[in-house]
Amino acid sequence: MNDTQAAVHHHVAPQGFIRKYVFSLDHKVIGLQYYGLALLAVFIGMVLSWLMRLHLGWASLPIPGLHFLSANGAPGNIMTPEYYLSLMTMHGTIMVFFVLTNAPFAGFGNYFLPIQVGAADMAFPRFNMMSFWVTFTAFIVFMLAFFVGDGPPLAGWTAYTPLSSVGGTSGPGEATGQTLWAISIALFCVGQLLGSLNFITTTLDLRTKGMTLARMPLSTWAWFVTACIGLLAFADLLPACILLILDRAFGTSFFNPAGMVVSDQLLKYSGGSPLLWQHLFWFFGHPEVYIAIIPGFGIVSHILCANTRKPLLGGTRVMIGCIIALGFLSYMVWGHHMFVSGLNPFSALLFSVPTLIITIPSTVAVLMWVGSVYGAKLRFNTASLFCLGFISVFISGGISGFFLAQPSTDIFLHATYFVVAHFHFVMAVAAIFGIFAATYFWMPKMIGRMMNETLGKWHFWLTFIGVYCIFMPMHYLGLAANVRRYSAFTDDFLIPLIPVHKFITIAALLTGAAQLIFLWNLFYARFWGPKAPDNPWEATSLEWSTPSSPPPFDNFGGKQIEVFHDAYQYGGAGAKDYVMQTDPASVPAD
Amino acid sequence: MSETHAGTHAALMEASPFGIQSKKLAMWLFIASDAVTFGAVLFGYSFLRVGSLDWSYPFKFSPSIINAFIMTVILLTSSLTMLAGVFAAKAGNKARCLAWMGVTMLLGAIFAILHLREWFHMFDEGWGLFKNPLGGSADFGAGFFGITGLHLTHVVSGVIALAVVALGYNSGRLDKNHVETTSLYWHFVDFVWMFVFPIVYLMNAAR
Repeated sequence: MNDTQAAVHHHVAPQGFIRKYVFSLDHKVIGLQYYGLALLAVFIGMVLSWLMRLHLGWASLPIPGLHFLSANGAPGNIMTPEYYLSLMTMHGTIMVFFVLTNAPFAGFGNYFLPIQVGAADMAFPRFNMMSFWVTFTAFIVFMLAFFVGDGPPLAGWTAYTPLSSVGGTSGPGEATGQTLWAISIALFCVGQLLGSLNFITTTLDLRTKGMTLARMPLSTWAWFVTACIGLLAFADLLPACILLILDRAFGTSFFNPAGMVVSDQLLKYSGGSPLLWQHLFWFFGHPEVYIAIIPGFGIVSHILCANTRKPLLGGTRVMIGCIIALGFLSYMVWGHHMFVSGLNPFSALLFSVPTLIITIPSTVAVLMWVGSVYGAKLRFNTASLFCLGFISVFISGGISGFFLAQPSTDIFLHATYFVVAHFHFVMAVAAIFGIFAATYFWMPKMIGRMMNETLGKWHFWLTFIGVYCIFMPMHYLGLAANVRRYSAFTDDFLIPLIPVHKFITIAALLTGAAQLIFLWNLFYARFWGPKAPDNPWEATSLEWSTPSSPPPFDNFGGKQIEVFHDAYQYGGAGAKDYVMQTDPASVPAD
Repeated sequence: MSETHAGTHAALMEASPFGIQSKKLAMWLFIASDAVTFGAVLFGYSFLRVGSLDWSYPFKFSPSIINAFIMTVILLTSSLTMLAGVFAAKAGNKARCLAWMGVTMLLGAIFAILHLREWFHMFDEGWGLFKNPLGGSADFGAGFFGITGLHLTHVVSGVIALAVVALGYNSGRLDKNHVETTSLYWHFVDFVWMFVFPIVYLMNAAR
């Protein structure tokens, strides 16, 4: 503690442009860098999903200009089935790694975790800078896959072996593209490991006087637990990716069984197991979806308290318990992704039970949010609307989880659109809603200017209705046995479902277009928005005690702050219904 | 930093639940993370081994098992000498600490040399990442060289880290806490070997 504290106290605000904005050691700049990278990535990922959706609705419709992206993948501007899979792989990988991990965890966490515990910076600012730039390099390496010989990989974001491990014989994109994927993800792991180490150390060691663990805001708790998950999960994916690279480039056969015939060729591998990859991958992969969603739990709890003007129903500590329980259970259930991979049925049962147990902390959390909103004088701003949206899509996605957690029903539903609907609701859209809520709530502090509420509400309602139009029909498609990862539906029983796909495509295009409102709102606010006051939402946690928006270089203007309460002292009878964490005044009575 | 520094800052900070320096905590976190990495690789190796129909058992008692046994003794001894170095540093005896660190580095280097000698011996016999001269599963080579290679990388990095810290400690740039933090890493590398030795060597003894 003493060493790093001394280091933090000593470093002064940098002057040059490069030190200030590019290779910055300031956690706030690094947080914004992560957020910016995620913003770039999310729009790329969204355009990829548009291309896929257009093809699913109108398989023979040329998409003008597509052949510029890939001459082989889209001859005559119509994508081949293989190129469809490539776009899907890129969409999934970009969204899971570079958006859902980068924005809610690395982005907002970097910006607000040190401030919320009252620290001047992260424990290891240099590690923090490395973390971002390694992640950025990973992104560049990954995007290169679009421009190499036979295009991006097609094995999905899960890169199942042996499709991903035997090289170019298994399909277009499986030569250089898949290797770039593996290198990129290995780099990404290194970046996130550095970040996680920093988050945990900062939370445990750099809390200001009076900021006990129990007084930390729920958002800080969520980032802390997420970092604990990330520290172990990425340490598992890193060797898995290295083994994959060894298989692909150095002739080992960790993942390739003997006697495998690919593209009419007998391959000279022996002894490996494709299931090994699934075990190693999902031991990372399941915790990864919690890395995406748990920051949302913290963000929603934090923002709802500020907008309902009362602490969470049931108490902050119960929510902390839920978050810790989710983090722990996330490691117990990886096998539920492998019910139809050839697991022993008894193993399937073993993974099914903890999967269902996860519903307990999830349900408790949801009931606490709903119960807190019930009867409260909720302030309907865009941030609180997105919190309500988060709860809604999390419930919708969670309910379909019950069916997938049972091996017996999962055998039918696995690899259908039902699964696509489930994980998009419960981790993707929910996490994105968490990001939006955090953006509308914290941007005034981060950029020093207010975002437009009217545009924000339009953005919310269009997005909210839009995502339900996109993903609700997918449950129906899945129950009708519409398999996923098909680029077109020519089988007899799938042809009647094409109109549903057309509806989903139109909804996806419109919902995507609605995001331009958000983008405009953000950029307009950044340059021309009204100046933000220090505490626009009348909230209590330390980020609103900083002397300016955005906060000065050392966060609190050289002042040593002391904390006297937890972050949720709302609901007094007087004109001022809240007590700042830094305010020694007594807690208002109900 | 000095003890007084800790004292002045402690009044402004909430106590760490573990009461240790951030750098030491970070080293523990790194060890937790690295343990998962080794766990993943050892799991992968065991998974393939259990599923294999034609696994090879190449290690004869002499020289392979004896060699690995000597390596084990050397590495475990190096943990003891590292401990003596940390005790010396805590007692403020810089010269003795540096001497013990020197012995530790020497033992680490001997371990690495014995290990590489074993490797080259195996290369001569026809083993490789994907080659098995006995005709059994090629995964033996991949597992063996993969796991011991990962461990050897850790040993070599450890020797280098010890050298850097010893130089810094000698010049006064680093303090006894850096010595102790580095020792944690060294002990971890030894600890992991206690899993690698039985799983990779003893269980593959010729039968």
